[in-house]
Amino acid sequence: MNGSKILKLFDANIGDAVRITHLDINGVMRRRLLDLGFVPGAIVKVLRKSPLGDPIAFRVSQTTIALRKEESTKIEGELVSYE
Amino acid sequence: MNDNLRIALAGNPNTGKSTLFNLLTGLKQHTGNWAGKTVDLMAGTFTFKGISYEMIDLPGTYSLFSNSKDEEVARDYIVFEKPDITLVVLDATALERNLNLALQVMEITEKVVICINLIDESEKMGISINEKILMKRLGVPVIKISARNKIGIPMLLDTIDRLIKGNIPCNPYKMTYDEETEMKIEQLIPFVQNITGEQLSARWLSLRLIDGDKSLLKEIEQRLAKKDAI
Ligand SMILES: Nc1nc2c(ncn2[C@@H]2O[C@H](COP(=O)(O)OP(=O)(O)OP(=O)(O)O)[C@@H](O)[C@H]2O)c(=O)[nH]1
Ligand SMILES: [Mg+2]
Repeated sequence: MNGSKILKLFDANIGDAVRITHLDINGVMRRRLLDLGFVPGAIVKVLRKSPLGDPIAFRVSQTTIALRKEESTKIEGELVSYE
Repeated sequence: MNDNLRIALAGNPNTGKSTLFNLLTGLKQHTGNWAGKTVDLMAGTFTFKGISYEMIDLPGTYSLFSNSKDEEVARDYIVFEKPDITLVVLDATALERNLNLALQVMEITEKVVICINLIDESEKMGISINEKILMKRLGVPVIKISARNKIGIPMLLDTIDRLIKGNIPCNPYKMTYDEETEMKIEQLIPFVQNITGEQLSARWLSLRLIDGDKSLLKEIEQRLAKKDAI
């Protein structure tokens, strides 16, 4: 896919599949996100959003994980598919 | 405490550790305090081929490094209490995710058995797992089981028995990092060995230092201080 759309996980819509390219976080929080499966190259899918968009539930590496806004705004990726 | 051989159960949340624990230990369970920690871990005993084992059910975690209370408890048990075997229970339907923790455990200790649980679920989903290839690549025994359906348990017990008796080798795969990291590890190892001696893996500790793992450092400091006081 050429010129694919880059977006933050926080801005993705329900049904979007996003390939993670970059985490704009360091330290313990970065470590935690990596351990949860939010690693560059991984494809995550947006499952559900709370009314105010915080938290958001993602499907990542065969498990459902919810992230808070402060985390999902710091993860970037390219849109691979949407529903 | 006693001269039972100790087996710690580690794994991601919800992989069936407690189910396996209950199956093996039955009614012979108790809670215990470890090394001045306020947490209670479930422990239980069982006997196989004349050898008594104590099994410890650790909290389920995705990692040993992200510094939640549960992760600290699991890490401290494996690192400082040094179980004779650490049994890592993986979810057969989510191996990629689960192997993260397995690799972390394999960096800390040599005596690891990997137990792929929920194979009934993965088979239903059409996932086939070649445990022989996994075993070769990981360098430790890999056994497929279903704790709830009691499948693979004799094989698991037999593997534990043979490992304890030194009849099967355990050479956990060790991650090689990029050149810069490997160089730093090499520089740190002698200093680390100077402080902690042979009690802990110097390579692993050096890696944790490079990663800036403050929680682990604090724990080691406290434990060294306690030892000095005695
Ligand atoms: N289908 C199937 N379900 C299983 C199997 N083993 C365990 N379960 C189920 O998986 C769920 C979680 O099992 P637990 O034993 O509580 O998992 P755990 O690893 O102790 O979970 P935490 O302590 O929260 O980390 C329970 O509903 C079990 O009945 C299995 O082999 N097959
Ligand atoms: Mg449990």
